[in-house]
Amino acid sequence: MQYLLLAYTTETLWSELSHEEKEKKLHAAYGPFVEALQKAGVVKGMNRLRLTKDATTVRASDGKQQVLDGPYADSKEQLGGYFLIDVPDLDAALSWAARCPAAQHGAVEVRPIWEMQR
Amino acid sequence: MNAEGGDEARSTADVVARRSYGKLVAFLVVRTRDVAAAEDALAEAFALALKDWPRNGCPVNPEAWLLTVARRRTIDDFRGRRRDEIAVEQLRQVSDGLEAAATVAEIPDQRLALMFACAHPAIDAGIRAPLMLQAVLGLDAKTIASAFLASPAAMSKRLVRAKEKIREAGIPLRIPEREELASRLGAVLDAIYAAFSEGWSDPGGADAIRRDLTEEALFLARLVAELLPDDPEALGLLALMLYAHARRHARRQAQGEYVPLAEQDPALWDAAMMAEAEALLNRAGTMRSIGRYQLEAALQSAHVFRCCTGRPNWTEVVQLYDALFALAGSPVVALNRALAIGELEGPDAGLRAMPDIAADPRLAEYQPYWAARAELLARAGVHEEARQAYKLAIGLERDPAVRRFLEGRQASLPDAA
Repeated sequence: MQYLLLAYTTETLWSELSHEEKEKKLHAAYGPFVEALQKAGVVKGMNRLRLTKDATTVRASDGKQQVLDGPYADSKEQLGGYFLIDVPDLDAALSWAARCPAAQHGAVEVRPIWEMQR
Repeated sequence: MNAEGGDEARSTADVVARRSYGKLVAFLVVRTRDVAAAEDALAEAFALALKDWPRNGCPVNPEAWLLTVARRRTIDDFRGRRRDEIAVEQLRQVSDGLEAAATVAEIPDQRLALMFACAHPAIDAGIRAPLMLQAVLGLDAKTIASAFLASPAAMSKRLVRAKEKIREAGIPLRIPEREELASRLGAVLDAIYAAFSEGWSDPGGADAIRRDLTEEALFLARLVAELLPDDPEALGLLALMLYAHARRHARRQAQGEYVPLAEQDPALWDAAMMAEAEALLNRAGTMRSIGRYQLEAALQSAHVFRCCTGRPNWTEVVQLYDALFALAGSPVVALNRALAIGELEGPDAGLRAMPDIAADPRLAEYQPYWAARAELLARAGVHEEARQAYKLAIGLERDPAVRRFLEGRQASLPDAA
């Protein structure tokens, strides 16, 4: 089954650090996780997202398009990245989620992928 | 159809339902992950059996007969719902799995895997016990709702949602690996104990559904202890439940009045059941891995010993509560510990050991908190406060017999000077 692991973290995490130091820390945290995912051959796709200050939200209800600066919802923790994995069952997905560094400094939501009928 | 054949068919179907329902559901679900579909398929198989068996005689192996029908029904159902490529592949896997297993003489018992799925951490904790009662024992939503004081419609909706989650989120149908087993088994045992406690909360047994629930929960606890004979907590839970169940006839007088433990007549206790509990607890003890349910069972054992011998053992009881509090600290444990300290060191010490209501406001709505407080205050001679505490306990109690008991205690307080 395919699952999307959604990594939610506080965007101000480590904001007291310089840009270089912060990137170094992130790399140290996520590097081994990403490598383990790849070695296990379970990862189908993954990306880190830019901060929500660069997000734009669009709604087009009643034929009227509305474009707003900012994320869909203002909350302390925001979606910072995702991993699409293919594993046998939820337990396997949950154990990958638990290994994700975001689980320590934020939360990881595990969502089964809707199987498309061809 | 002759009446005799109909009766025989019905009673055979009843016996198989009782003995094998969960096994048949588990067998199907392990291969399809679809609890609702398995339940539907089996309901149809049972209905067909009641039509077919009186005419053609009961089959030699009724379980296998039912499974064959349910299996066909499952495959047809799957075929009817989905016709796309993925579905064809899944259907092939499902039907291969069902066919391969159908050739073996004995249907494998996979009820434990089903129970682990029902008590999976991804399933809302509040619905785990109802889900288990339905999937493993075949209880209907109305019966379960009544036992858990919920509306049948709300209960059915929550059950449907939980079954969908098992299917759609890919919750595995297997016994967890060794390193995970202990923590995951905890949730299974908790759900069984929750079902038992719901049944237990009608100790008079006036309500047939709730009384039955204690029997059903005991059945599940026995099943887990049988399937995991080397797990001390599984044995501990069964021992705990047997200790409580063994006292069921002593908890009420003939007129239905509530009798507290200290005033119960040990002659009314089920001695054989208590011996079984004691043996289970001893066996669990040899495995040298203490846990919540073993400690609770040990407390029951200590209470039984005291009541039977008249020898106070409050030091041991307080020690057991200390251990239980360290392991699974909760306001409820703290409350019982305070009562034991009250017996050992006097009511003032007991009152000092009571959990702080400011730290946990839920205690304000918890009847045993006020009843315990009232008891200790009465013994400490603080009668006016005791009267107030009894009043709150009475107001929070839903069992009329316990309410009358508390009213009696309140009335026995000396009048204010």
